[in-house]
Order: sequence, then C-alpha cells, then structure tokens
Amino acid sequence: MSQARFQPGDRVKVRNAEVVGHMRTPRYIRGHEGEVERICGFFANPEELAYNRHGLPKRALYRVRFDQKKVWPDYQGPAGDTVDVEIYEHWLDKA
Amino acid sequence: MRQHHDMGGEPAGRVEKTEHDYAPWEKRVDALLVLLSDRERSLIRTDELRKNIEAIGPDAYEKMSYYERWITSVTANLLQRGAITAEELSRKLADVERREKEGLL
Repeated sequence: MSQARFQPGDRVKVRNAEVVGHMRTPRYIRGHEGEVERICGFFANPEELAYNRHGLPKRALYRVRFDQKKVWPDYQGPAGDTVDVEIYEHWLDKA
Repeated sequence: MRQHHDMGGEPAGRVEKTEHDYAPWEKRVDALLVLLSDRERSLIRTDELRKNIEAIGPDAYEKMSYYERWITSVTANLLQRGAITAEELSRKLADVERREKEGLL
C-alpha cells in the first residue's frame, strides 16, 4: 500500500486536465482549490479498470471540500456552504 | 470538451422524484449484469459499464432509458472482451425477432 501524499487539512488544487477516456473527476470541479476533508482509502484506479486493466498500484482517494460560492459564481445559498467531492490522488496537486 | 454525461452544473429541468415499477426486461438486464460481473465470469466491471455508457452519443443518451443504456453498454463490453462476436449477436437478434413475429416468445 502506497502512502497518501496529502493529509486532512491540506490545501489541494484539482488538475484541469482534458483527456480522452473514462475520467472520475467531474468537469465542474476541475481547476478549483479545496481542502482535504479525509482520506477515504486506497483503490485500484477506476480509469484503468474501465479498460479491463488491473489499475495497480492502488491510488489514494480523498474527500475534498470546496466552497460553493467559489465553485458556482452565481450560487444563491448561504455563505459557508460547501460541496464535498471524492477525488483520486492523481487528479490533485498541492495548492 | 465536456463529455455529454458529465452534466454537473449544466442547466436542467426539475428532478422527478416518483418511483416506477421495472419492466421484466429491465430486471433481466440487472440480473445479467450481476451474473456477468461475478467472480467466476468477470466479463464486465462497474467502470467498464460506465465507460461504455459514456461512449453513447448525446442524442442516443438522451433518448435511451436507464436500462437501455445499461444493455447497450453490456453488449459493447461483451464484444470488446471477445465473449461474443458481432455476427453471433446479429444472428441471435434475427432469431429472436423471428420468434417474436411467429408468436413464440
């Protein structure tokens, strides 16, 4: 089992990647900065499993918390609202 | 470019919250996926199911029901994995169509 690169509380930025294939990071959150809320565990990479490959080594999956107002400029909800997105480590850079 | 299925944040209508019964064929599609993905057969994984659904063109994606997308994806996967050939599939479909016409289904 590999080590997790990020820890809860770390600031991270989602890679703004444009690639062909099966991607597990929704487009709306790419390029945004958030905070690691927890490490969910280590899992075979679903972007490889989608092509019937083994997806190893396992990748860390994080729950990352984002500020709604920053994700959606016209967000109407209360300030302080957040959205949590589960994101694999290879989609994250240090913010 | 945004892939069609990746629609988070796009304008959308109301969410319909009603439940509906599943038709027998829909239950069979569900059962088929369970059987094909068991440890013994291992002919499809969840991520392959997703990948093939994502590959459905935008127009077809909108027109298809949930389980129509599933069976389209499962079929594509069985072809990709070499479990069935296009010829076998088309011959079988023709056979089923004939039996339906003759009232044998």
